[in-house]
Amino acid sequence: MDLYELLVPEAIQAKQELADRTAVIQRAGELLAAAGAIEPGYASAMQRVMDELGPYCVIAPGIALLHARPEDGVLRSCLGLITLKTPVVFGHSTNDPVDLAFALGALDKQSHIRALAQLAEYLSQEGFLCGLREAATTDVLKDFIYSYSKA
Amino acid sequence: MIIATLCGMGFGTSMMLKLFIDDILKAENIKAETTPWDLGSFKGNKADIVVAPVDMEPHLRDYPAKIVLVKNLVDKGEIKEKILRAIDELSHAEGGKTI
Repeated sequence: MDLYELLVPEAIQAKQELADRTAVIQRAGELLAAAGAIEPGYASAMQRVMDELGPYCVIAPGIALLHARPEDGVLRSCLGLITLKTPVVFGHSTNDPVDLAFALGALDKQSHIRALAQLAEYLSQEGFLCGLREAATTDVLKDFIYSYSKA
Repeated sequence: MIIATLCGMGFGTSMMLKLFIDDILKAENIKAETTPWDLGSFKGNKADIVVAPVDMEPHLRDYPAKIVLVKNLVDKGEIKEKILRAIDELSHAEGGKTI
């Protein structure tokens, strides 16, 4: 599975205004649930992971990779992305505030690995981060991310 | 040598770290086994080096391995510099110092 197959177009939104990290997690969950990729309870599971394990999911400056366990209600492997108009504090020691929030649903421990490797590679490229951050509308963001990951 | 990468679940963040480290080891021609771990089960396992996101440091106190803490998990430069230093130090002396 490639990154563009893991991405759920309905779960990509640009320049959202969300008050705090709880609102970000809830929105990410709602979008993936509305697309039928996860059960609605998965958002609460992502929230629980954050509460229990701490904000380590803020993997790089401004970038969060939210996820819970396959058994928490993942219906198919999926990835959503919300970019934030006003960055939100997640409580990380060095990487706050967050303006790019990815939400991953993994069906098992293997099937998403190829796509995740591609995402990690792209996230290490400045041009990819700039493109995500500069996209002013959801349509522009979708166009950018799909054309980048299909190139 | 066993290098473990750690995250809460064992297939997200830790897998990204493992993939980057595998690339680095291959490029440097260093032989090591890298394995992603989750927080729930890692204490029963043994590794020479544990690589983890910086905010997981409280979970790793007292763990008997060389601990490498990474701030930016998609910064190949940071990961490379820290993992190679840990491997180098490990090959010269045994110790549990945090990098």
